[in-house]
Amino acid sequence: MGFKSIDYFNIDELFTEEELLVRESIRKFVDDEVIPIIEQYYFEGKYPEHLTEKLAELGVFGITLSEEYGGAGANYTSYGLAMQELERGDSAVRSFASVQNSLVIYPISRYGTEEQKHKWLPRLVRGEAIGCFGLTEPDFGSNPAGIITTAKKIDGGFLLNGAKMWITNGTAADVAVVWAKLDGEIHGFLVEKGTKGFSAPEMKGKHSLRASVTSELIFEDCEIPEENILNVAGLRGPLSCLNQARYGIAWGAVGAALAVFHSAIEYSKSRIQFGKPIAKFQITQEKLVWMLNEITKAQLVCYRLGRLMDEGRARPEHISFAKRNNVDMALQCARIAREIHGANGILGEYPVMRHSANLESVKTYEGTHEIHTLILGRDITGEDAFE
Amino acid sequence: MNILVCVSRVPDTATRIIVGSDGKSIDKNGVKYIVNPYDEFALEEGLRLREKNGGSVTAITVGTDAATDVLRTALAMGVDKAILVKGDEPTDSYYVAYNIAKIAKEINPDLIILGRQSIDFDSFQLPSMLAEMLGMPSVSVVSALKIENGQVSAERDVEGGKETVACSLPCIISAQKGLNEPRYPKLPDIMKAKSKPIDTREAEKTEPKTSIIGMEIPSKARAGKVLEASDANIDEIVRLLKEEAKVI
Repeated sequence: MGFKSIDYFNIDELFTEEELLVRESIRKFVDDEVIPIIEQYYFEGKYPEHLTEKLAELGVFGITLSEEYGGAGANYTSYGLAMQELERGDSAVRSFASVQNSLVIYPISRYGTEEQKHKWLPRLVRGEAIGCFGLTEPDFGSNPAGIITTAKKIDGGFLLNGAKMWITNGTAADVAVVWAKLDGEIHGFLVEKGTKGFSAPEMKGKHSLRASVTSELIFEDCEIPEENILNVAGLRGPLSCLNQARYGIAWGAVGAALAVFHSAIEYSKSRIQFGKPIAKFQITQEKLVWMLNEITKAQLVCYRLGRLMDEGRARPEHISFAKRNNVDMALQCARIAREIHGANGILGEYPVMRHSANLESVKTYEGTHEIHTLILGRDITGEDAFE
Repeated sequence: MNILVCVSRVPDTATRIIVGSDGKSIDKNGVKYIVNPYDEFALEEGLRLREKNGGSVTAITVGTDAATDVLRTALAMGVDKAILVKGDEPTDSYYVAYNIAKIAKEINPDLIILGRQSIDFDSFQLPSMLAEMLGMPSVSVVSALKIENGQVSAERDVEGGKETVACSLPCIISAQKGLNEPRYPKLPDIMKAKSKPIDTREAEKTEPKTSIIGMEIPSKARAGKVLEASDANIDEIVRLLKEEAKVI
């Protein structure tokens, strides 16, 4: 039986024909190409590299980018629905697409020169170049304003020194969007793979996002040409990119929740204990209904946020709200789904443990749950907990 | 080569079907609709033939305004034109065949491809009706298709094996699973499909050849009996199922 989504309040009626087409096309792709293979890659701790070309062919890189640079020119709602379906497969696949779209294509298209755009965007869209985004450092995660990677102006270029950590796709990337302080102010730089003084070793030993490549970026007197600087200064540069990515994560989390809910419903109807399916027990029903409630509310938040993004009216606080609520919701769904599956829930035969472990990361990356709480707290009280 | 592909709009296979209050139709509330899966093979085959031989592919459907979504899917997959024959929601195959044949006479396709059946009513009648109305040869349940110099060679699934049938163009082919792997609509193509026009024609009413008297959900399958190792006659039951009933 195919995947059955939740549409308890006929939310589908609110989407346009092409938004639904985007979702259906990616849904089918994920059912055929991601779900059958992802468990094996997860176990082996490898990213399924062969998917990159297929994802590019499908048009998943550069979803909101204009046609001029090879993008699909779709709206944010379509982008969100695409992220939802990819994460229904696995957070690693969605993370790959998030980084490529929101953290690489977006900053180059927004802050890049025409030369940088023509050099990188078409290749990134076609999946011929992979990108990564370096902001977080070993000692600066939630507090990015404190980063200590530096850029020094030298004759004809810049000299980078410092280290980045927890960088998705770092090892595989052909181009890194790196944030460093130039005269005490944060600036963005494009660093190409193979540049002298730049290395990107993979981080090993993860219990989460195992089908994703996570790396360190190390800069030791790494010299880059003058034309590789992006045209933005201050923390608003990287934060504008993170807003894009967090928006996609809010949708992606719904996808992961839909996957574990679907598995839990099917399992509860077929698992017989005490001579009846466990779906007949009140405690199981309560768990399933809790998931139905929370997923439906998260879907409505996504739908509304998507429309606000498309109208250019979404505030960063709206995105924090959605990321915070939806990822926490999805993680709780995954844990509850694990309980419903009993011992079977820990097996790779079912997707729940994998999603549960992935969502542990998603909850603390791209702004921890706590940081998003403080962003919202500041918004409603006027009191800034960071100061 | 000009190819006409007939597509139908059917409830998603994962949808839970509820019979409507009239007892003759399904309750459409909350039902998700998709392109009939067999028609996806037909669309893909049409697109591949065009990519190889040139020409154009037109998708056609008979139905209400709601059916534009399946035409939009066909456009996003890459068909050149889409025609909506707008009228009553089809329940009678003759009505659908009559209206498609009417358009086919006008646009003279070299080839008409459609799914072997629509998974909603499963009538299997459309390919044969169209062939009769248009005076064309028709090959049904085709799992491999070759067209060279106007000659068609179609492999079809028959009980326990394969059969290869030859005919000439123009002809009608009904697609079976395995004919090809349908492509996923690409995001840029979905966006482009938005601006492609859908040619809307009025359907001609026909005297219904069949009508639906009643509809009901099959009663639950009878509960199976699970045999335990201690059941003395288990070997005998297996033998009977194998040799007498010939079901295993």
